[in-house]
Amino acid sequence: MSLWEYANPVRFLNLSARVLPVFWGLAVACLIVGLIWGFFFTPDDFRQGSTVKIIYLHVPSAMMAINAWVMMLVASLIWLVRRHHVSALAAKAAAPVGVVMTLIALFTGAIWGQPMWGTWWAWDPRLTSFLILFLFYLGYIALWEAIEDPDTAADLTSVLCLVGSVFAVLSRYAVNFWNQGLHQGASLSLDKEENVADVFYIPLLVCIAGFVLLFIALVLYRTGTEIRLRRTRALQAREGRA
Amino acid sequence: MKALLIRDLKLAFRAGGGFGLGLAFFLIVTVLVPFGVGPQSELLARIASGILWLGALLACLLSLDRLLALDWEDGTLDLLATSPLPLEAALSTKALAHWLTTGLPLVLASPVLGILLNLPGAGYFWLVISLLLGTPALSVIGIFGAALTVGVKRGGLLLSLLVLPLYVPTLIFGAEAARRGAAELDPTTPLLMLAGITAGTIAVMPFASAAALRVNLR
Repeated sequence: MSLWEYANPVRFLNLSARVLPVFWGLAVACLIVGLIWGFFFTPDDFRQGSTVKIIYLHVPSAMMAINAWVMMLVASLIWLVRRHHVSALAAKAAAPVGVVMTLIALFTGAIWGQPMWGTWWAWDPRLTSFLILFLFYLGYIALWEAIEDPDTAADLTSVLCLVGSVFAVLSRYAVNFWNQGLHQGASLSLDKEENVADVFYIPLLVCIAGFVLLFIALVLYRTGTEIRLRRTRALQAREGRA
Repeated sequence: MKALLIRDLKLAFRAGGGFGLGLAFFLIVTVLVPFGVGPQSELLARIASGILWLGALLACLLSLDRLLALDWEDGTLDLLATSPLPLEAALSTKALAHWLTTGLPLVLASPVLGILLNLPGAGYFWLVISLLLGTPALSVIGIFGAALTVGVKRGGLLLSLLVLPLYVPTLIFGAEAARRGAAELDPTTPLLMLAGITAGTIAVMPFASAAALRVNLR
């Protein structure tokens, strides 16, 4: 029994049908607990007031925006090396979720930045690199949409994902060089000293868990949809020939 | 390789080959900027190096569309793929031809356009150096985009969407070097980074382009 067994679409669908309710349930539970806890049962920050509470949406979505791209990168590599269709479809399914996460992070950041920095947008390295990440997502999705043959599309988008990852990292450091930032540094590193206080930290961890679970559930669900869509197309093509 | 290079250069210089269009585009963009931001010479002097970099980048982008599409249509690419020359080498040669016909003229024309934008005197040398170092990267990255979209009908806009984010690091370091040069600061660090990016892309991108093109030729 190995992981690769689930490269078989039927096995994958069976498994995801079994685990999806669990992931949906846990995701919703975590998000409800984390967000309600975060919004209503944590104290206001002493300088930022209640605006600090947007952290419960901003940080998890920003983390997932990056993690979604990493997941697409891994799935693309698996597709290029082992040519499992489920893997390519999972990468395709993850991209729109990643875009939405990026947008949530950008918008919540702007909403927080308006009262705190006095501006909706600043050309800060972190903000700029997120905007560039958003453009990469757009290009990736547009390439999927533009090519008709599914295998060619999967190959080309995988190559684009690999090259794009390198350039996304390069851009991240290039913008760092280009402009010094307004955005604060890491507040969730493994080094305890620089983290936010525990009152905020624990509900934030619950929210992050909720976003991770939500992402997994969405990707499994969307991958299943893609598999069924492809199956329907194959059936239609067979009908057309007969 | 030499034959391919000569062929591409000849095709570009022949009437209708599109040589000079990039230059004309560069000129027009540069002329339009003062209309957009106003003719104050201090303002223009401050943004001149950035505008020239942006114009060169857009002019490069404009010519990418035809880079592989024509060879794709008449079947030259299939012949190249089956020839003993590795596809990576063929694409590097095409990138070199593209740079010679698009990048290099832009580099040579940039000081003249710098006068139009009232670029400060110290800036000319660094502008030319940074463009000279940066435009080869634009060509090899561009050929990757062209290889990705060669099978797509009307791939021009898609090509821009794919290639422009890849141009970000080159643009940042190139424009920064030119800006520092114009402001009489030390431009060494961004120039070195720019040279690094160019060397890296020249080394790696042909493989990615060839991989993409092989998929499209399959």
